[in-house]
Amino acid sequence: MPADQGGGAAFCLALPATAEGVRAALRQALTSPPLRRQSPAFRGAAELVLAEAMNNIVEHAYAGQPGRIELRMQPHAGGLAFLVTDWGRPMPGGALPPGNPPVLSAEADLPEGGFGWHLIRRLASGLDYRRIADRNVLRFDLLA
Amino acid sequence: MEIEARTQGDMLVVRVRQDRIDAAAAIQFKDRMREATQVGQGRVLLDLSQVAFLDSSGLGAVVAVRKSLGPDRPLELAGLTPTVEKVFRLTRMDSIFTIHPAVQDGLRNAG
Repeated sequence: MPADQGGGAAFCLALPATAEGVRAALRQALTSPPLRRQSPAFRGAAELVLAEAMNNIVEHAYAGQPGRIELRMQPHAGGLAFLVTDWGRPMPGGALPPGNPPVLSAEADLPEGGFGWHLIRRLASGLDYRRIADRNVLRFDLLA
Repeated sequence: MEIEARTQGDMLVVRVRQDRIDAAAAIQFKDRMREATQVGQGRVLLDLSQVAFLDSSGLGAVVAVRKSLGPDRPLELAGLTPTVEKVFRLTRMDSIFTIHPAVQDGLRNAG
């Protein structure tokens, strides 16, 4: 999409695939022009979806190995388009996890994980995952 | 990760003095909570009013603390900011935890 369609320039960022790298990247992304002017609710949703998507890459695609993540945010008429790229392992089965809500059963068995893709799917729209050569490319939209 | 604990009646009130419980802070949060909850026997009220952001790792850490305290020492929450509240609502964890609007609401029944 050309950078002038519907609302401003794209914002691009590269970060090391670590929990600290994700935290610093979120701080930069949230204060960048595409997100700075959005509502607090929109910014909260963006921070959450980006945190979950990038932490998944740190924990699963790179699984603790050093790596690089690239983030691109493109404003458009309806909100923001996001593109997250990494060079780690592909998604198992070549597809995104279903993101079913974790089952909240007995107190002692309450889940301590498995919420990430559920949150992403609840907040983002137009999710699309592709394995392109040695890259994982995740696209999604957040609608204002 | 700085947290601050005080007893109020038979209740332990623990305040997180950091603006995020994320993947980079989750393990530290669990460790600090384990230390802080060595004292007392009653309910534990976790004051999250300074926490602007919590991701699924942070949520998992809060659930882990609740489980480690056990059924006789319930972990209750207070002061959820909008994004934190959204995470509890979307994962339906708001149906598991007693959530008070503010710390003083959680203290009403403190012995």
